[in-house]
Amino acid sequence: MPTITLNKTVLESLLGKRVPLPQLEKSISALGVGLESITKEGIVAEVFPNRPDLLSEQGFVRALASFLGFRTGLRHYPVTPSGHQVIIDPSVASVRPCTACALVKGLRLNEQRIAEIIQIQEKLHVSYGRDRKRVAIGIYPFERITPPITFRALPPQDIKFRPLGFSHEITGKEILTQHKAGRAYGHLLAGLDKYPVFVDAKGNVLSMPPIINSHETGKVDVDTSDVFIECSGFHYSVLRICLNIITAALADMGGSIHSLELRSGRKSIISPDFTPRKMPLSLQYANARLGLQLTASDIRQYLARMGHGYQGKAALVPAYRADVLHQIDLVEDIAIAHGYGNFQKEIPRGATAGREEPFSRLQAMLAELLIGLGMMEVNTYHLIRRAAQGELMSSTISPVLLHNPSSKEYDSLRAWMLPSLLEVLAGNTHHEYPQHLFDMGTIFQRGQSETGIVEQQHLAVALCGEHANFTAIRQALDYVMRMLGIQHQIIGYEHASFIPGRVGQICASGISLGYLGEIHPLVLANHKLEMPVAALELNLNELFALLQKSTSSLP
Amino acid sequence: MGTKEIIAALHPLERAVLPHVKGSSRFSEIVAATGLRDVEVMRAIQWLSAKQLITIHEDVQEAITLGENGIQYLEKGLPEIRLLQHITGIATPLLHIQQAAHLSAEEAQAALGLLRKKGAIALSRGKEGITLSITAAGSQMLQRGTLESAFLAKHFPLDPATLHDEERYAYHELKKRKGILMVKPATIRTVTLTPLGEEVLRAGIKGEKSIESLTPELIRSRAWQQKTFRAYDVRSPVPAITGGRRHFVRQAADSIRRIWLEMGFQEMSGTMVQTAFWDLDALFVPQDHPARQMQDTFFLGDGKQVLAGTLPSFAPAVQAMHEHGGATGSTGWQIPWDRHTAAEVLLRTHTTVLSARTLTKLKSFPAKFFSVSRVFRNETLDWKHLFELNQVEGIVVDPDANFRHLLGYITAFFTKLGFSQVRVRPAHFPYTEPSAEVEVFHPTKKSWVELGGAGIFRPEVVVPLLGKDIPVLAWGIGLERSIMDHLSLTDIRDLYKNDLKQLREIRQWMPPMDIH
Repeated sequence: MPTITLNKTVLESLLGKRVPLPQLEKSISALGVGLESITKEGIVAEVFPNRPDLLSEQGFVRALASFLGFRTGLRHYPVTPSGHQVIIDPSVASVRPCTACALVKGLRLNEQRIAEIIQIQEKLHVSYGRDRKRVAIGIYPFERITPPITFRALPPQDIKFRPLGFSHEITGKEILTQHKAGRAYGHLLAGLDKYPVFVDAKGNVLSMPPIINSHETGKVDVDTSDVFIECSGFHYSVLRICLNIITAALADMGGSIHSLELRSGRKSIISPDFTPRKMPLSLQYANARLGLQLTASDIRQYLARMGHGYQGKAALVPAYRADVLHQIDLVEDIAIAHGYGNFQKEIPRGATAGREEPFSRLQAMLAELLIGLGMMEVNTYHLIRRAAQGELMSSTISPVLLHNPSSKEYDSLRAWMLPSLLEVLAGNTHHEYPQHLFDMGTIFQRGQSETGIVEQQHLAVALCGEHANFTAIRQALDYVMRMLGIQHQIIGYEHASFIPGRVGQICASGISLGYLGEIHPLVLANHKLEMPVAALELNLNELFALLQKSTSSLP
Repeated sequence: MGTKEIIAALHPLERAVLPHVKGSSRFSEIVAATGLRDVEVMRAIQWLSAKQLITIHEDVQEAITLGENGIQYLEKGLPEIRLLQHITGIATPLLHIQQAAHLSAEEAQAALGLLRKKGAIALSRGKEGITLSITAAGSQMLQRGTLESAFLAKHFPLDPATLHDEERYAYHELKKRKGILMVKPATIRTVTLTPLGEEVLRAGIKGEKSIESLTPELIRSRAWQQKTFRAYDVRSPVPAITGGRRHFVRQAADSIRRIWLEMGFQEMSGTMVQTAFWDLDALFVPQDHPARQMQDTFFLGDGKQVLAGTLPSFAPAVQAMHEHGGATGSTGWQIPWDRHTAAEVLLRTHTTVLSARTLTKLKSFPAKFFSVSRVFRNETLDWKHLFELNQVEGIVVDPDANFRHLLGYITAFFTKLGFSQVRVRPAHFPYTEPSAEVEVFHPTKKSWVELGGAGIFRPEVVVPLLGKDIPVLAWGIGLERSIMDHLSLTDIRDLYKNDLKQLREIRQWMPPMDIH
C-alpha cells in the first residue's frame, strides 16, 4: 500500500491550528489511515487503496481538517470554462480510448512544489492507476502548448519527439527500447500497431501515454504558472475521479480550475466536472447497520466531518472521492465520524446451535487412536517439490503444478501424502528413534469438478525404526479399523515406492481405501534414511463414506 | 527425616559406598575399595551429599593422569608384558615374537631392554638374528605382574602425595617412558562424612534385606511380608520420556474451533483449489485489483497458461454488480467484467471463499458459521512469511445484525483466547463495509497487535449470493499470528518445521484457564 509522509509543521500550517501529537496520532488512525510512525519531525501513514484522494498532502490535510472539525462540509471547487478544446480522434478507440483533462492556472511553483506534484502523480500511478495500466497522468506547461489539443493514435515509426531527459528526437518505437520509461512501461503498448499521443495545434507531440512526456512541451518548471492535466485510460468514470483528485490538490495549492471541452465525434463533455454526486441515504438503513439511533442532524454533522454535504435525505459526495459506490460507503463514513471506539459492543440474544463438521470428528477419532499407539502428528505443507513426490519416491506420478511458484522447493500440489512424511523423516535423522509419524491433509488430482481438480482427504502413517516392518504397520491399520468397526482385507499390490511382495492394497466393501507396506530401500536411500520405514496411506473420504453407511453414530 | 527413615531410603549404591568413606576419603580410593564403576560411585556420592550424609570437596591440583600410550596400555597391557607373554623356554627369533605380540619395532626394542634389565629373558644370536627365551624370573614376573602394571590399573587422577613406596617406584619408572603418564591440574574429589553420616553408619546400614523391585514372584509368594521396601527418594528427578501427541498448531486450531462451537457457530469446509470467481469476483474484488496479480496469488497451470474452470449459473448477477451495481443502488466498479479472468483456477487466498459458498446454500436465518483452515499466499518462505497459513473465518447472517454485534462477537472470541482488550480501527477490504482492523492488547508485550480484519459484507457481495441484502457480519483472523507469542516462537517457519525434538518437547496448547 502506498504511504504518505507529512511534516508536522507543514501539516499544522495547512490545518491552520496546532494539534498535540497524541491527538494527531489518534485522529489519523480513527480517520481510517494506517499510521506507520509518528514523531515530532514527520508522520508516515499508509493510505488504503479505496482513498486515493488522501495520497497528496493537500488531500490528506483536507480530510483531516474536516475530521478534526476545523473546516467541515463539502468543499466547493469553482470551475471556469477556458474555451479550449481537446479533440479525441477515433484512432484511439482501439488503443487507449479515453481521456479526462483540465487546466489549472495561476500556480506559483518552486522546485519543492514541482517535486510534490510529481510525487502525487507517481503515487496515483502506482495505486489507483495500477502502474499506469488503468490510468496514466500527464501534466504539461500550458504556456508552451497551442490549443486545441488532439488525442490520437499514430504508427510508432511516425511518432517523433524528444522525450523527457533526452537531447534529441527519437521515434515512438525507439522510445520503447531506448528510454528508461519505455522499457518499464512498454509492455502496456505491446502488440499495438498504433501508439496514442497528445499533439497540439502546431503538431508538437506533448506526450506518448502511458510512457513519457515531451521534453519541450511536457516539462513543468519553476516558470510554469498554468498547467494542462490529462488522464488517459480505458474508462472515463475512473479517469474523471483521478483527474479530480490531482486537480483539487493543485487548486488547494492556490491554482484556479478551468474546464476544457472534450470532443469525440459529435459528443462533447466538459471536463473537469466538480459537481458533487448526489447519493440517497436512508437514516433507517444507517441506524440498522450500525446499531445506533442517530437523528438526521447527527447524520448531517457526521457526514460534514467526512467532507460530505447532506441535503434532502441525500449525501453530496465530493467529486474526488473514489470509494463511494453505495450508501453503505456513507454508512461507514458515519461510523468513522462516530468513532469506532465509541460503539457499545453487544452479542445479540437468540440461540443458534453449534455444529462440528462430522468429518472433523472422524479426524479427531483417528488422531486419538494413533496417538494411543504412541505416534506423533506432524503438520506438512500441501505444496511440495515435484521431485519429492516423483523421482525420490520412484514414482512416475504427474502432479498438479503451480503456474507461478515463488520457489522451486514448492512447485506442485501433493498428489499423495507419504512423500511429505518421508521428507519429515529425512529431516529428523539426528533425533531419537523410533519415529512413528502420522499426518492428515488434502491431496490434489485432476478430475471432474468446477476447477478440473479433485481434492481428497488422506491419512498417512510412517513407522520408522529398527522394528518397522509390514507386521507393525498392518497391526496399526488393523487396530484402527477394528476400533472403527470396519471389516477390511489386504490384497496383493504393486507400488514402486515399496518392496515388491511387501506391499498390499487396503480394501473394504469392494472399495480401495489405500495401501500399506515396507518402503523400498532405494527410496530410503534417496532420503538418506538408514532405518527401515513401514507406511500406509488411507483415503479418508472413502473411509468416511463407509462409516456413514455402516453406523448411525456418525451423522 | 530421622536416621531410620534415611537408612530405609538408601539406594544399594549408597549402601555400598557409605561404609568406605573413612572420615575423609578420596574419590579414587572409594572406587578402588568398592569395585564399582566411576559413574556409579559418582551418582552415589551425589545422592549422599543431597541427603547431607557426606560433603564433597573438589580441589584442583597437580595430579597424575594417563597419557595417550597409558590409556592404550591400560587396555592392551604394557609392551614388556605383551612381549613376555609370547616368549617361551625355546629360543625364538625376536621378529616372530614381535609380530605375534603386535608390537612396533620401537616398542619391542624398549620392552627388550626392560626385560633384560630385570633378567626376565635370555638372549642369544642365531641364524635368524636375535632369539629369545624366558627365564625363571621371567615366568615369575608373568605370574605376579609388575609394579608398573598394577600402577596403571589405579584410579586416575592420582595425587602424587598419596603414593606409597612401591607406587612411587612404579610412578618414577613409568614417567621415564613416553606418553604413559602426565602430570597436570585435575579435579580431585574428597568425600567427608558429616556427623549425620557418622550417625547413620553407627546405626548400621548393612543387613537390611529390603526389597528393591516388587516382582510377580514376591507378590505371589507374599515374601514381601517379611521384608521392608527400600524407600525411594521421591524428590529426586527421573529421566524424561516423550509420547505421541497432536501437532501443536492443530491443538491450537482445535481449541479455537471449540470456542466458536461453544458460541453456537457451525463449521464450514470446502476445497482449497477455487476459481477466481469464488475467491475474488463473488467477493466484489475488482478484476484489476492488485491482489489478482501473480506475485500475490498462486495460480494453477503449466507456466504458459492458467487452468480455466467453469462458472456457476449466477455469474451474470456477479457481473452486473461489478459493472454497474445491479439493482442494489451501487455504481459498481464501472469497468467491464471478464468471464475468463473469473474462470482462472487458483489456491484460495482466504477462507472468505467458504463463507461466500455457504451463503448460496443458506436456507434460514439467523445462522452463524466458522472455519479454521488453510489459505495460500504467493510468498517466499522466511522468518515472517509462510505460503500456507491458517485463517480463522466467521460469519453471522442475521437480518437484525449490526456493527455493534460484530464488535461483540470478535471481543468475545478474543477474550476466550486470552486477549481481554480488543479494539478496532477503520480499514478497507473490497468486500466489507464498514470494515475494521482488529487489534488486541498483548499482555506480555504491553502493546496493541493487529490480528485480523472484520466487517459487514457489502450489498454487492450479499445480493448475488443470497438473493437479498441481509447484514452478514464477517471476520478473518490469522491463526499463526495469534498463537506464536503464546508458543514463544519468533520465527514463523518454526510452526511447521516438523522437528521431532520440538514436537516432543513443546508445551501443550492451553486456553486460558482463568477465563470462562
